[in-house]
Amino acid sequence: MPGRKIPVVNISERPTGDSSVEHWQPSNGQQAADGLESESRRKFIKKSAGLSTASLIGTAALLTGTDDAKANTSWAEHFQGNYRLMSDEEKAEAIDRLEKRYSMEYGKKVTVDGTDAEEGVLFGYALNIQKCIGCRRCVKACVQENNQSRGDEQEIEWIRVLKMEKGEFTQEKLQDGYPADFGIEVGGNAYSATGVVLEGEHYYQPDKVPEEDSHFMPIACMQCEKPPCVKVCPVRTTYREPDGVVVVDYNWCIGCRMCIGACPYWARRFNWGEPNLPREEMNPKTHYLGNRPRMKGVVEKCTFCIQRVRHGRLPACVEVCPVGARKFGNLLDPDSEVRRVLARKRVFRLKVEANTYPKFFYYVD
Amino acid sequence: MNPVIKFAVDYVLYVLKGDAKYYLWLGFLALFIIPWAYGNYQQLAYGMIVTGLTDQVSWGLYLANFIFLVGVAAGAVTIMFPAYVYQYEPLHKVAVLGEMLAVAAVIMCILFVLAHMGRPDRLWHMIPVIGIFNFPGSMLAWDVLVLVIYFILNLVGGFYYLYKKYTGQPLNNKFYLPLVFISIVWALSIHTVTAFLINTMPARPMWHVGMMPIRFISTAFAAGPALIIIIFLIIRKNTAFWIEDKAIDMLSTIVVACLSIALFLTLSEVVTELYHPTEHSAGLEYLMFGYHGLNNLVPWFWGSLFAMLAGWILLLIPSIRKNYTLLPLICAMIFLGIWVEKGMGLLIPGSIPTPIGEFTQYSPTLIEIFNCLGNWAIGFIILTVLLKGAIGTLLGDIRYAK
Repeated sequence: MPGRKIPVVNISERPTGDSSVEHWQPSNGQQAADGLESESRRKFIKKSAGLSTASLIGTAALLTGTDDAKANTSWAEHFQGNYRLMSDEEKAEAIDRLEKRYSMEYGKKVTVDGTDAEEGVLFGYALNIQKCIGCRRCVKACVQENNQSRGDEQEIEWIRVLKMEKGEFTQEKLQDGYPADFGIEVGGNAYSATGVVLEGEHYYQPDKVPEEDSHFMPIACMQCEKPPCVKVCPVRTTYREPDGVVVVDYNWCIGCRMCIGACPYWARRFNWGEPNLPREEMNPKTHYLGNRPRMKGVVEKCTFCIQRVRHGRLPACVEVCPVGARKFGNLLDPDSEVRRVLARKRVFRLKVEANTYPKFFYYVD
Repeated sequence: MNPVIKFAVDYVLYVLKGDAKYYLWLGFLALFIIPWAYGNYQQLAYGMIVTGLTDQVSWGLYLANFIFLVGVAAGAVTIMFPAYVYQYEPLHKVAVLGEMLAVAAVIMCILFVLAHMGRPDRLWHMIPVIGIFNFPGSMLAWDVLVLVIYFILNLVGGFYYLYKKYTGQPLNNKFYLPLVFISIVWALSIHTVTAFLINTMPARPMWHVGMMPIRFISTAFAAGPALIIIIFLIIRKNTAFWIEDKAIDMLSTIVVACLSIALFLTLSEVVTELYHPTEHSAGLEYLMFGYHGLNNLVPWFWGSLFAMLAGWILLLIPSIRKNYTLLPLICAMIFLGIWVEKGMGLLIPGSIPTPIGEFTQYSPTLIEIFNCLGNWAIGFIILTVLLKGAIGTLLGDIRYAK
């Protein structure tokens, strides 16, 4: 597209001046969030003054500061019910337990939010594929914000950016099929997976973005209104929240991976091993249904940064995007940015034939 | 002493005793438990990361074996149906052996499901009342339900029959026959629901076909009796219990008939998918021909097809079908062919390419293979013991003495 102005960002030598992008940290929002600390969470903690046996054991152990503390809190965790069906007291207890365990494990004060969905809110997302430069800052910011496992052994990313190349339909290539010379790497494992997608590939490693003759299509959980993953879950550990976010109760998941099979967008990730989350990188501002640290053997996925958006903040990927390709808001509010995009731009959804009614929209200007 | 307790005691004492061959066989099977224990320890300690599974191919060998064994469990009905619906006497006499096979196969299914789960410690989350059983929404919940009921039907039916033989009392047909007939219909349901488990996911186009249940049932009713024929011939050779030629001939006829249907359905699917291949055919094309050098599964597909086709042609010839030296070999070939067809030929390519079109190959790790072999070995130990007990009762070696 001649004449289109897009910022060129060198990935290998990052400029230092660009504060909004380069110094993006999940903790940036924490000071702001402190003020916003949820009323309901405080209520939960107050309510948990009437302690149950399980949490009493945990607390007693915590006070003595022995190693048994962790064992006792996780022991109680083993017997908790499904979050959605818990009473307010039980929720408060579960949250309290988790806060203690996480604080101990990560050596800092970790909060677990339990804020419920707000009435009259249905979250929606819009992504301008014309603007995306494929820098994958959203991917990195998401990992930092949402406490995904990192490192070579198990690297979990909720967002994948598909790179598509121009020129696939030129005269010389018409008979080749597409992609002609991709996908010959054999083997690999969960986190050094090999192979290449039909329409675009997501393992590209450019020196600079945007790459010439390429365009990009980031994907993540589409937060479907008719989510096939929810339907297949044998224990209802994954469900749709009233504000439209599809969440997972990590403590209830049995790891059967039916939902991974059912998702048409390949949006779900499995903790094949114990997640690797370094203490210093851990984001202590968490939500029970969102970015709290996960355990091995459970499924996870994008939650639109539930820990942020339920307090009026934007998802990390929206905040970090250097070209403003990502828009977020309340679909029920006619003045929200996302509604304005839907009203004015050329909008489409991915894989409409799957009949899942995503709340993640793509658009071009 | 209460005759029920006496039966249990006599039964246990009988199955513990055996000749050298019996102990050698059980000992051989028990050897597989050592690597199995190691593999299970690794998987429980470090998680599923010790397997070859990935986010791209997240269902592998464990679930493939599960699906195949549901078929074997259902295949036991190839004894029950002729025995009770057609009153076919040669099979009627040995029908209880089919129930024992069903019981052992369902136990193996459970072992494989446990191996597949990321959090086996949370299995109780599925138990109604204390957990949440997403019924009727989740197909997996349906599958658990039909399998558990099938297990109970066969366990109760089989041991009730044996107990009555033990005491020498006549069967209460008002109790026993309904059990048998429900179990016959139920056998169809377990493999049907298992087919629905994977074919109700449009995100996986290769599985999203309406003929999946009937394909499952036709292969199950070929693999099941193929295994039963082998077992019957082993029993004939090694025990005092005689199984008539007619029983074996009936089963080999069922294998041929069901294999014909299975091969026909495979052919129909290949033609439908490949005449004008679309995105829907990507999995099958990858399976049959590979994709730009990614061809792990290609030899398995053609090998399995060859085994099924060759077995079918050979069994069509009556003289070969009645040659009891060749028959078990052909049956073994068919059994293995169908095992490959369910695993490498269906379950694994269903995830390749992924919903976003990525081709990732899957190879099981040694730990997965250890765990699978161990599960099979445990299953065969259970099957051997159950069959020995059943034969002992039928022979009158285990008898009620007042």
